[in-house]
Amino acid sequence: MMISLQTLEHSFREMLRIRLFEERVRREFGKGDMPGFVHVYVGAEAIAVGVCSQLEQTDMITSTHRGHGHCLAKGVEIAPMVAELYGREAGLCHGRGGSMHIADFSKGVLGANAIVGGGIGIAVGAALAAQTLKDGRVAVTFFGDGAANQGVLHESMNLASIWKLPVVFVCENNGWAESTPASYSISVSDVAIRAAGYSIPGVVVDATDYSAMHVAAEQAILRARMGNGPSFIEAKFPRQVGHFVGDGEAYRSRDDRKSARQLDVIARTRLELESRGVDVGAIVDELGKLIGGELDSAFAAARDSKWPNIDELESYVYSN
Amino acid sequence: MSIATSSQMVEMTFLKALNDAISFSMRNDSRVIVLGEDIAGGAGQGAPLEGSMGGTFGVTKGLLEEFGNARVRDTPISEAGITAATVGAAMGGLRPILDLMWASFAPNCFDQILNQAAKLRFMSGGQAKLPLVIRMAVGGGLRAAAQHSDTLYPLFTHIPGLKVVVPATPEEARGLLIASINDDNPVIFLEHMALYRTTGLVQLEPIAMELGKLGIMRQGSDLTIACVGQAALLGMDAAELLAKEGIDAQVISLRTLQPIDNEGLVACVKETSRLVVVEEGPPRCSISADIAASINESLFGRLLAPIGRVNSAATPVPFSPPLEDAHLPSVARIVEACHRVMTF
Ligand SMILES: Cc1ncc(C[n+]2csc(CCOP(=O)(O)OP(=O)(O)O)c2C)c(N)n1
Repeated sequence: MMISLQTLEHSFREMLRIRLFEERVRREFGKGDMPGFVHVYVGAEAIAVGVCSQLEQTDMITSTHRGHGHCLAKGVEIAPMVAELYGREAGLCHGRGGSMHIADFSKGVLGANAIVGGGIGIAVGAALAAQTLKDGRVAVTFFGDGAANQGVLHESMNLASIWKLPVVFVCENNGWAESTPASYSISVSDVAIRAAGYSIPGVVVDATDYSAMHVAAEQAILRARMGNGPSFIEAKFPRQVGHFVGDGEAYRSRDDRKSARQLDVIARTRLELESRGVDVGAIVDELGKLIGGELDSAFAAARDSKWPNIDELESYVYSN
Repeated sequence: MSIATSSQMVEMTFLKALNDAISFSMRNDSRVIVLGEDIAGGAGQGAPLEGSMGGTFGVTKGLLEEFGNARVRDTPISEAGITAATVGAAMGGLRPILDLMWASFAPNCFDQILNQAAKLRFMSGGQAKLPLVIRMAVGGGLRAAAQHSDTLYPLFTHIPGLKVVVPATPEEARGLLIASINDDNPVIFLEHMALYRTTGLVQLEPIAMELGKLGIMRQGSDLTIACVGQAALLGMDAAELLAKEGIDAQVISLRTLQPIDNEGLVACVKETSRLVVVEEGPPRCSISADIAASINESLFGRLLAPIGRVNSAATPVPFSPPLEDAHLPSVARIVEACHRVMTF
């Protein structure tokens, strides 16, 4: 599948931006002053970019504990995201949520979610709002292979199907849920097969192939936008990193980890661009400097910025 | 209380104490099985045995190797399904122990806890027997944010038909878990995350510790500090500080919230006439409110001060460290509450 060179190059930049962000998060987390725990999106970049680059800002997404990539691809700014990772007042959620709960409603990000499967039904409800208000918005929910075994996915698919809701289910199948392999925990070889049980078109996509991911997302979003109902995309790729930053993956064979790193979408897209005549080295240098600089100042600013005021501990529990 | 001589005691982590209780029970009774997410990580079912996580905190580590994957079952992420299966397995003749990871995930399977596990014996007119344990990690302090930090102590205690256990020390963890596994009722076993790495002396031989009897962690005559689970460690620290001012505080670990040792608590407070209850969790409809009510009913005329309560703030648990610290009960806030009760 070929997509235009311009689109591919643009998406490569977006993916690289996420990669640079996550690599920096990993490094900075090692310094020990980032509270809590973080899960990075390394290796999955094609999914967030393939989908979100074709959404409007007003379209809505729900994300997961591994949500940084979704946020960046949907247009969330780096500095307030980083401030949130450090629990500062300047963070997107004023330090109330942290990495697993980043939300930016102004960009249509209805929130990362630390409950596995927690965002799926919410996206279906967001699609219900869009359908009822007839405002043309669509909703997308991202979730892992682990979440594919939650009952709420099944209830949500049925609901979306009978009401023909403008929602896209995107299962990010990285082969693992923490230490549990999908090959053990999932009854079918492809999660997408399950969509058929709800009369939802389901496709399996190689998420290390950016173009394939882009085309699948385009079709699903278009279907939702046209009022033709939900779609299901299972995006497969091998998990390159530990479940969380610091996970030594003792449960996983060395070979499996090594081969996963060899199937990298950034490397693969780079080759594709080069074969189509693009000077990728120049892009990498340029973005390295540009994003590197933005990250330098975002991390420095976050560390220097104010903690939330403890007198405001009880803020935000209720709407006034 | 019998005090064992130190030669019979060994030092153990809270985590190992839990692990010991489970393996001891599994050795003694082949009907005891464990199930849960990432307790084996698919190991032994295609993946290699070594490296199995033993759950998020490693409580069930090593069980797979000893007991095999028929009795140590890794589950998909399907809280409603696996809790229902736990209930059914208990009704079918097993004595299952479910590892639910975090109590914040219990809402995913609340029907199974509230409507099924808790009610089926009653509604079947005593026919159903539900010998099951649901273990959950609770509590804040890890900067894990609101969806990984609930304690939910009163939520479970509110439900007739459930027993609720809240160990504070390795000795309590092991003894109470063995008793919970032996019990013929559904038991909610709540392990505060800050306790897993703590150590303490336990008796050499694992033995059950009766459910429904509180533990006195420190003798004292001026006031009683009654604590829920991990709060007992804060209570002990507060008592040390108070001792420096000449205030002699008694510290109690409640150990179980259902049944609750009302008699034991009344006996203690009769001696000191002053009570502070410490509980991590919001103040409304809480364990502290419940205990304040029942002690009032029993000892109204004898109390020298209104009952003090130390709880979390009435908010979800915040992520930001200074907010989370302000949200949670602290030694300073316990000392402050004790001062109020002493100077009333
Ligand atoms: C309801 C619920 N159950 C369990 C967990 C613990 N947990 C967090 S992430 C995770 C694995 C999720 O796997 P998957 O959905 O495949 O996403 P991935 O981490 O692989 O991106 C588990 C079990 C949780 N956070 N919420």
